[in-house]
Amino acid sequence: MTTPLLEGKSRRELWSGPIIDCDVHANVPSLEALFPYQEEVWAQFARDRGWGGPTGVDIAYPAGAPTTARPEWRSEGSVPASDVAMLREHILEPWDVERAVLNCYYAVDSLRHPDWAAALARSVNDWVVAEWLDKDPRLVASMVVPARDPAAAVKEIERVGDHPRIVQVLMPVRSERLYGQRVFFPIYEAMTRRDLVMGLHWGGTPEGEPSTGGFPSWYAEEYAAETQSYGAQITSLIAEGVFQQFPDMRVAVLEGGFTWVPGWGWRMNAEWKGLRREIPWVDRPPMDIIRDHFRFSIAPIDAGPPQEMAKIIKWIGTEDILMFATDYPHMHNDDVGAFLELLPESMRRKVMADTARDLYRL
Amino acid sequence: MEARKKTAREVERHIVARVGDVPEGEHRIFSVAGREIGIFNVRGEYFALRNRCPHLGGPLCEGEVLGLVYSSKPGDVRFDGSKRLITCPWHGWEFDVKTGQSYFNPRLKARRYTVETSVGEASRERQEAVPENPDELEPGPYKAEVLQVKEEGEYLVVAMPKSTAGRERGAS
Repeated sequence: MTTPLLEGKSRRELWSGPIIDCDVHANVPSLEALFPYQEEVWAQFARDRGWGGPTGVDIAYPAGAPTTARPEWRSEGSVPASDVAMLREHILEPWDVERAVLNCYYAVDSLRHPDWAAALARSVNDWVVAEWLDKDPRLVASMVVPARDPAAAVKEIERVGDHPRIVQVLMPVRSERLYGQRVFFPIYEAMTRRDLVMGLHWGGTPEGEPSTGGFPSWYAEEYAAETQSYGAQITSLIAEGVFQQFPDMRVAVLEGGFTWVPGWGWRMNAEWKGLRREIPWVDRPPMDIIRDHFRFSIAPIDAGPPQEMAKIIKWIGTEDILMFATDYPHMHNDDVGAFLELLPESMRRKVMADTARDLYRL
Repeated sequence: MEARKKTAREVERHIVARVGDVPEGEHRIFSVAGREIGIFNVRGEYFALRNRCPHLGGPLCEGEVLGLVYSSKPGDVRFDGSKRLITCPWHGWEFDVKTGQSYFNPRLKARRYTVETSVGEASRERQEAVPENPDELEPGPYKAEVLQVKEEGEYLVVAMPKSTAGRERGAS
């Protein structure tokens, strides 16, 4: 059986070993789907106001854009990736995945009502557990939190973070405050106490600037500039000493690319050598902290010519940093087979399964 | 480095300055036998460093001298004023004034000379050991070049290996 990403090859032809897909998405089909998982007051609020759900969802992925979902993964009359049967048919079976990490982001941050936003996050998490995790043992999942409200986020981690198949807390990459700042430390404390991963994922409040310098005019700009937001967040996490305060903290960078990491690393290491005394808790070169605490999904790969990509892999300096992902149902046209071929053989199994298995304790 | 001990080289002594020329807490750069040497007065003790950063050859002694800042975790900022660190003006890297020891990059250390002081006929020599580091801070392997300084009567005297201009840098 082949899948669109395999371009006519069978999954076993591409890779005969185990596969863990570290980023597959679940889409909430409609706000009404969450009502059974919410107190009635919030359903009433929505009906009163004619509120159909977070605006961020529509803004981030224009429904008609071809990159929103591969044509093969669309079905008439339903939202792509909105139930577990679709996921089985499109990913779990053809890819024969051992485990998949389910991410339902749903832009819960775009709701500013402090109680309603927390209720919305609770309903998304309970919906994910009941409608997805309980229906397929191959799935583990991320939970969402009202990230701009650390106290509420901690309460939600305390409520669902002990679920044996919740492995990650999703934090949208765009935020009003950089995530290294100490106001977020209670979230990391709650997260690391439960051995959960921080999933730094594409997205954020729709009124938040999608680039680090202001509002772009076009989607093309927004998509291309998003890597800057990832860079700003990981720089903040490192400079503020998050990994000295929480030595067990692990971060998955999802949909952020990784080819920009070596250039960032050279610059950060140089700045650290000269300005270490300003951030004296940073006890080793930032690129070493990246290798110890960060993992990156390979969707998108942002592949250039293969020989150049091979250099980038070498410059990153570790075989333990990349994780396979389909980013289902979104459309990337990366050639996974060509990518695997340019990796050192010892790295292929790590990328396809072992690194994610270690990160998420699967 | 013990393993790289050089064969005995002739040491030359140069009168560099009057004692009062380098006030306490400050440092001055002097040209000595074609080499630029920074003399530091740390609470009445004198130390000398070659004005050359082992990183990329920057004018090391033109930088600021700062105390040591160290930490165990965010929000814990500790200060050790007994350490005096020269910061290279090119890249800000820190070297212990007394020993030439680098602090920041685990791969870098500057070469040092030892400074002596002597008063009249009586000469005291002082060989600075690398001071103990706070537990949290690892010294880097680089060392700035440190020279011996003596205080003889009212003069500061630097002892340094005889110039070997034209000598090839030996392959190590």
